[in-house]
Amino acid sequence: MDFNDTKEEAKFRNEVNAWLSANAEKKEHAKDIYRPAEMSEDSESGESSALKDAKAWQAKKYDSGWACLHWPKDYGGRDAAPMERVIWGQEESKFKVPGGFFEIGQGMAGPVLMLYASEEQKKRYLPPMAKGEEIWCQLFSEPGAGSDLAGIKTKAELDGDTWTINGQKVWTSGAHYSDYGIIVTRSDFSAPKHKGLTYFFLDMKSPGVEVRPIKQITGGANFNEVYFTDVKIPDSQRLGEVGDGWKVSLTTLMNERLAVGDASGVDFQEIFELAKDQDFNGDTAISNGAVREKLADWYCEQSGLKYTKMRNISALSQGSTPGPEASITKIVSANKLQDIANYGMDLMDNASIARDEETAIFQGSLLGAPLIRIAGGTDEVLKNIIAEQVLGMPQDVRVDKNVPFNEIPTGSKN
Amino acid sequence: MNFNFSEDQLLMKEEVKKLLDKENSVKRNRNVLEGEDKFDKELWNQLVQMGLTATTIPEEYGGIGMGFLELCVIAEELGRGIAPVPFSSSVYLATTAILNSSNEEIKKEFLPKLAAGEIIGTFAHSEKTTFPNESGINVNFKSGKISGKKVAVPDGDIANFALVTAKSDKNQIGLYLVDLSSNGVEINSLDTFDPSRSHADIVFENVEARALNNDAWSDIEKLLDQSAVLFAFEQVGGAEAAMNQAKDYAMGRYAFGRAIASFQAIKHKVADMYISLQLARSNCYYGAWALSNDAPELPTAAATARVSATKAFYECSKENIQTHGGMGATWEFDCHLFYRRARLLSSNIGSQGIWKDKLITSLEKSNSPT
Ligand SMILES: Cc1cc2nc3c(=O)[nH]c(=O)nc-3n(C[C@H](O)[C@H](O)[C@H](O)COP(=O)(O)OP(=O)(O)OC[C@H]3O[C@@H](n4cnc5c(N)ncnc54)[C@H](O)[C@@H]3O)c2cc1C
Ligand SMILES: Cc1cc2nc3c(=O)[nH]c(=O)nc-3n(C[C@H](O)[C@H](O)[C@H](O)COP(=O)(O)OP(=O)(O)OC[C@H]3O[C@@H](n4cnc5c(N)ncnc54)[C@H](O)[C@@H]3O)c2cc1C
Repeated sequence: MDFNDTKEEAKFRNEVNAWLSANAEKKEHAKDIYRPAEMSEDSESGESSALKDAKAWQAKKYDSGWACLHWPKDYGGRDAAPMERVIWGQEESKFKVPGGFFEIGQGMAGPVLMLYASEEQKKRYLPPMAKGEEIWCQLFSEPGAGSDLAGIKTKAELDGDTWTINGQKVWTSGAHYSDYGIIVTRSDFSAPKHKGLTYFFLDMKSPGVEVRPIKQITGGANFNEVYFTDVKIPDSQRLGEVGDGWKVSLTTLMNERLAVGDASGVDFQEIFELAKDQDFNGDTAISNGAVREKLADWYCEQSGLKYTKMRNISALSQGSTPGPEASITKIVSANKLQDIANYGMDLMDNASIARDEETAIFQGSLLGAPLIRIAGGTDEVLKNIIAEQVLGMPQDVRVDKNVPFNEIPTGSKN
Repeated sequence: MNFNFSEDQLLMKEEVKKLLDKENSVKRNRNVLEGEDKFDKELWNQLVQMGLTATTIPEEYGGIGMGFLELCVIAEELGRGIAPVPFSSSVYLATTAILNSSNEEIKKEFLPKLAAGEIIGTFAHSEKTTFPNESGINVNFKSGKISGKKVAVPDGDIANFALVTAKSDKNQIGLYLVDLSSNGVEINSLDTFDPSRSHADIVFENVEARALNNDAWSDIEKLLDQSAVLFAFEQVGGAEAAMNQAKDYAMGRYAFGRAIASFQAIKHKVADMYISLQLARSNCYYGAWALSNDAPELPTAAATARVSATKAFYECSKENIQTHGGMGATWEFDCHLFYRRARLLSSNIGSQGIWKDKLITSLEKSNSPT
């Protein structure tokens, strides 16, 4: 029972650290995170300057062989072992470097291309994806199909070597700055729902693609509606067989679970500091027993997640692959985020109403948490996954299997 | 990195599990609960024969010189089997306290017998209904004798000796070893919530006692932290058993034409048990690391493990009853045995509120809690 690196791991960690120290600035404390050079109140230009910085950092890593470590060298990676990738992540998080933007491409589109694209396509698309030169988005959810992804209706029709796409996607994160997208469509409406799907990748600048940002409850607009009107996709950009899109989608979703990590925002440290400073009935909040009990619960959750991650990493270090067990991370951390944010504002009392430097992070977390509980698999869907895939309990009785897709009931909200 | 138990330790865990399965430990729990015996002597002897009471005792004192990590895996299995034996009192607490002590004479005299299972020890601490802090100890030690009353002492009517917390002339709280067959000791067995584990009130009237030379409150805090990790493993073992019972029952029970395990209300219930159990288990592993390395993080790690394991066992044992429907409400089904044990373990060595408070106190003392 130890946290020690093996000899090889320690050597690799040193190598990583040497490069990072030479190329980035170390954080002084956990909250000392990277901020874009050109901060702006306007979220749009704020996003574009963050994007510029992120691309620059990603390119720098790529040029020195530190991008997508676990990918083959031929595709822009380093042929690194899974554990080396983990070590890189641990060390990089100690530095003030920009992030975001590339997770969907590198975490979800990349692995799918790796499995299903032609050699030529892999050589063409994977290196710029690793370098952060080209950004990818995930065009899965639709107004009528989210959790029930196999219920999508965007239509794909083949004529010769070319598919024509018509329909609408929604909640597409980053579509407005993406160069390419992975998309699942329905190519056969009379087959049962899981059998009539076909999966592609496409150029987001194709004629007929229209991206409309959607304003979120946070006030930002990071996700979009994407409309497809007679969009042409060459058959060579199909990933997997015609009608096999469900299988390909599952590969993507499995990777999504690994790509979605802890929820960012307020955590134990923030509520702990707040409770020490905040007045409560003439004393500090932290001297109140009820407050202490709450704090203890969140500390236990935070610590439980931290050491669950350590156990998974340890398994990786010992040569085994962690499975769907990782689903608990998002459920626990997103709910904790929401509850801590709400409780923090409660402790701030009247002061929580106005937006200022101290309240902003709690307010932002309270508005951001509901998004995290939905994105990448809702709490409920993740619990189904735990029950079915980890614990082996039976699937729900389904009314939509083995029925032609066009005969499945839909409701007024679809 | 290997944040897990070693292969040997996991093998040992498997061996303990096999023994408890073979001996039908859960059934033995019921026998003690329903019968007159205060514990299962046969099962206890088997554990002794396997060398489990000797685990942490160095060879020079007649033990087998393994460490706390081995004790953690044993604790988990005793929890899974809700074993009706005085192991926590005699091993987690009494043996550890003597190992912590600098009193060579006591070590030489008691450790070999503890290792061989010839004697059973316990820890006598509470004096009122609440778990005491420093000001709650009024049993006193004067010129070699102690007087006062300890309440609900686990295995108080089984143990040969007790380590009693008492206040000295100098107003220091220390640990004192008392032979429970001495004159002036009055033991009254209690009717308890979980009769598979015996408890007694003990009155001491001028009873001969020997100092363990552990006479700082911090020594007692440390003993509690050490044992908290072990109790937490026991709780995790019980929680996992209860979760598996719920799952297995749900798979085999049909209602409305389908397995109740296919109803989402039941699936989510079991998924919640799983989440709570995983968090507790991971915190226990950290506790085990801190315990076996005698790390400065032990107070935080122990409290974290204890709080989350208490929560997990409560949740798993109560929802296990719920999942069993009417069957869960019967005396005949085992669900209530786990529910009782979960509650008892929550109270032994201090309740949830106490440990939550300890956790925050230790975080306040350390500069960077995360
Ligand atoms: C911030 C954000 C970013 C996103 N980014 C992307 C993206 O980049 N690409 C993309 O394709 N999608 C994206 N999504 C969409 C996301 O994957 C879906 O919102 C999510 O899967 C839920 O689908 P839905 O919104 O249709 O809700 P629904 O599926 O309609 O769910 C509504 C409610 O019903 C519950 N429910 C549904 N089915 C079940 C069931 N079987 N059992 C129990 N409860 C059930 C859900 O848990 C939820 O509470 C994003 C969403 C958000 C919030
Ligand atoms: C104290 C007591 C007194 C009783 N008195 C009487 C009485 O006087 N007369 C009488 O006729 N009966 C009586 N009962 C029986 C009682 O009505 C049943 O126990 C109860 O309806 C549950 O049925 P079950 O025990 O078969 O459990 P099951 O139906 O097998 O349920 C097991 C578990 O599955 C869950 N479950 C079952 N179906 C679903 C579903 N569709 N969706 C989600 N979850 C589901 C249940 O909630 C439960 O958690 C009594 C029971 C008790 C405990």
